Amino acid sequence: MRAEAVGGPILTRVYKVLLGIGILGVAITVWRFAVGLGASTALSDGYPLGIWIAFDVVTGTALACGGYAVALLVYIFNRGKYHPLVRPAILTSALGYSIAGLSVAIDLGRPWNMWKIPLYFRSWNLNSALLEVALCIMAYVGVLWVELSPAFLKNARFNTILDRALIWIIALGMLLPTMHQSSLGSLMLLAGPKLHPLWNTPFLPLFFLVTCVAMGYSVVVFESTFSSIAFKRKRETPLLGNLQRVAATIGVVFVTARLLDLAVRGQLGFALRLDLYGMFFWIENALFILPIFLKVLPSAMVLALAGALFRFDTYLLAFDSGPGWHYFPSVAELLITIGLVAFELAIYIAVVKRFPILSGAAPAPAH
Amino acid sequence: MNSDRRTFFRSFARARVQPPSDAVGLLYDTTLCVGCKACVVACKAANNMPPDTDGYGGGLYDAPEGLNEFTKNVIALYKEGGEHSFVKKQCMHCIDPACVGACMLGALRKGEHGIVWWNADTCVGCRYCQVACPFNVPKFEWTSIKPRIVKCELCRERLADGKQPACSEVCPRNAVIYGTRAELLDEAHRRLAAHPEKYVPRVYGETELGGTQVLYLSHVPFEKLGFRFNDEEGVPARQQTIQHGVYKGFVAPLALYGLLGAVMFRNRRKGGDSDES
Amino acid sequence: MAHRTIDEQLRLAGVSRRSFLELCGKLMVIAPALTPAAMAATIGRARRPSVIWLHMQDCTGCTETLLRTSQPGLGDLILNVISLDYHETVMAASGHDAELALRDAMDQNDGKFVLVVEGSIPTKGDGAYLKIAGKNGIDMLREVAGRAAAVISMGSCASWGGIPSSTINPTGAVGVDSIIRNKPVVNLPGCPPNPYVLLGTVLEYATTGKVPKLDALGRPKFAYDRTIHEHCPRRAHFDAGRFAAQFGDAGHRSGWCLYKLGCKGPVTHAPCSTRHFNEVVDCWPIGIGAPCVGCTEKEIAFTVPIFTTADIERPHGPDTYPPIVAEHRGISPAATGVAGLVGGALLGAGVIAAKKLSDDQ
Repeated sequence: MRAEAVGGPILTRVYKVLLGIGILGVAITVWRFAVGLGASTALSDGYPLGIWIAFDVVTGTALACGGYAVALLVYIFNRGKYHPLVRPAILTSALGYSIAGLSVAIDLGRPWNMWKIPLYFRSWNLNSALLEVALCIMAYVGVLWVELSPAFLKNARFNTILDRALIWIIALGMLLPTMHQSSLGSLMLLAGPKLHPLWNTPFLPLFFLVTCVAMGYSVVVFESTFSSIAFKRKRETPLLGNLQRVAATIGVVFVTARLLDLAVRGQLGFALRLDLYGMFFWIENALFILPIFLKVLPSAMVLALAGALFRFDTYLLAFDSGPGWHYFPSVAELLITIGLVAFELAIYIAVVKRFPILSGAAPAPAH
Repeated sequence: MNSDRRTFFRSFARARVQPPSDAVGLLYDTTLCVGCKACVVACKAANNMPPDTDGYGGGLYDAPEGLNEFTKNVIALYKEGGEHSFVKKQCMHCIDPACVGACMLGALRKGEHGIVWWNADTCVGCRYCQVACPFNVPKFEWTSIKPRIVKCELCRERLADGKQPACSEVCPRNAVIYGTRAELLDEAHRRLAAHPEKYVPRVYGETELGGTQVLYLSHVPFEKLGFRFNDEEGVPARQQTIQHGVYKGFVAPLALYGLLGAVMFRNRRKGGDSDES
Repeated sequence: MAHRTIDEQLRLAGVSRRSFLELCGKLMVIAPALTPAAMAATIGRARRPSVIWLHMQDCTGCTETLLRTSQPGLGDLILNVISLDYHETVMAASGHDAELALRDAMDQNDGKFVLVVEGSIPTKGDGAYLKIAGKNGIDMLREVAGRAAAVISMGSCASWGGIPSSTINPTGAVGVDSIIRNKPVVNLPGCPPNPYVLLGTVLEYATTGKVPKLDALGRPKFAYDRTIHEHCPRRAHFDAGRFAAQFGDAGHRSGWCLYKLGCKGPVTHAPCSTRHFNEVVDCWPIGIGAPCVGCTEKEIAFTVPIFTTADIERPHGPDTYPPIVAEHRGISPAATGVAGLVGGALLGAGVIAAKKLSDDQ
């Protein structure tokens, strides 16, 4: 089964709605740059990072870890039967990471200096976890589009060169996310005593890495399911079922590990408190354990939600600047995020219809 | 934490950062401060800061509610029952600054005399320094479209001219004084020894959070004045121990890369990645 | 008369050394730093400067301020310290004798006298609105100023046009320095200004041969480099937020700050808050409960309504403190609404999709 373009018209009604939402997001982004962050966001000195980081970047890239997670399965654990899932996962990843990069550019207060991050190497502070995240993500975006390029480029010579280098590019495409997804965890460790004990563990990088793999599989499962339905393809049900089982198991292992870690650190007391922190801690754990009892699709959605909540909580809930500070994203922040996601969906649909991404041309068999 | 894990981490652990030999700072004594706010006015004038008339300034007064993008130094009042104290808030010029550890391109750096200062050249406005600082000191110019990070820099330019920081120069009761960190620590301990009944027996900043160059003596518990943390470890220490542990010499990443490549090479030879489903 | 030293003249006039030292003490408050004794010695040695005083479009208030004192002898003191050789209000001569007096005064002290001008100079209709002894004001001013060593514009009218220059300015009234450009002109705005400012300026000229340091508007810095607000005795009330809201209310009777009644103290440069008038403490507008109208400032006086509040250029801290923990901006209800809507929609869609697609499986 080779990958093929789905074909069909791109400008459907749904598509136009997505474009509309995206354009609204663009307009608000222009406004954000005209009036500055203070007027357009609910960010403050007590909450300097908001949903553009916690969701668009941290959660968004984790959700875009499908490419990473499936590549691990196919190329390292040699499960060739999952190969058809690779390309759409890489596309999702490429788009997800590109949108994350765009979100960073929108969130930065002085974006005209952004080019200095990769190029001003003499100014690099090698102690900064954020630098490592930024460079890694910038490199990974490049790697993803290169990995995806065979779908767009028909140049034979380029493709042969690419083919030979593919192993090293794919290996890079697995190394880089390992590095930065874990570093996204260590980022919040620098908040030090401002990070609530329930999330403040030296294993945070490992937890972020492990949950991102689970999220990656979950996203592949429901992206594949929805694509099959939307574009009337055969559903890869058994494959997806296996993937989701792996992901759900990771969820349970994660919860066990974090509870053990809490006990060893002597902080279990915080888990037993009836405050906001305790409550959200257990909601997270419940959402990570539940999937193993659910059917494939709901399992995937709940697990993705669990991973997202875990990240939101680490970045926005567990982070405490002291009394008197509040944060809830402003309307502009929300609309820009929604607009970016809408654009991401729109581009995915267009690419999938025009380029050979999805496999399985046969229509779904009649029941 | 068992000893194996501890020694494992210790091998990568950052050595405790020492204060620079020419470290200067301030010593603020709450028992001497009368809340005249001459230091707030002097700081604004010396740094050309605009007035902050929103909030309870009501358009008439420069009345910041705390440190913010218009205010690098502020006097707050703690009052509870019969107890009251003023407290001066500004950058603590930590010996192991979290903000410096956070900054990607070194826009915040610890320079001459250990002063932590901000350079516009390489700042991208990511605000990670605000996440890191345990005292919530760096403030961001939210109302500007070319925002900067605003915080006390111990009047670096005045120091270069041989003058004192504006706040310590103008204080009519020497409640805040300027000197080398060593001198100030000596003076602080001298006061604690001479009048133990007047003070909480601690110099805040001597060892807290890795030690700071701005030191405090107080007659009320430090938590009441807004000092939330007492850990001895500098904030960047733990995160950097982990990061360095993993990335030291880039050995682990390169090893992993090699391993991944090798496995894939072997798999390809075995012919495993077919399209069969 | 113009050649005696001030010491000699004072002795001749029978003015006591003590009165003179008192005068020097009063000059201290608004003049540069010297002890009264040192100032007395310096001034005493100087030759009494010859002063010619011209009236233009004036109300004679500035002359009155010079003479209006509650301590007997000060008028004499002033007249013994300077030699007032021509002054239409106080001199004995009139008619042709007056014209002669002016001629004599100019001839005897040619190039050495100080010209003090009171009142604005009308320029419309070729200066036809002011004619003295057949000459119009502009020509008279030019002639006398041409032979003076220095010119002092006494009062707001002479400094920048004053009351006659407000609104439509029917006579085209201007200050002296719009007409005289080739001589040093010192502006002493005020309606009227404090007489000690004039005295200090003239004496500084007499003792040093130079006019005092002037600001960008030609006003002596020793008196005009501060605003009323900076030294106002009611400043503590301003800082503590205690304002009189209406004339006669409790706050007004308690002597509270008059800012809300339109006091222009924050934007008016003048020495009035440190040196009151008529030698009586609190004998000045704010002291008697009347808001300052900004009479020295061209953009404020007779232009901005008296009861319009002034802008504070450089606000300082009030008499209150921020707490240790301040409450910062809260959560926008609109945003929670949008987030709720979107979140709910996604959750709902997810649940429906899961159910439908699970059934298909």
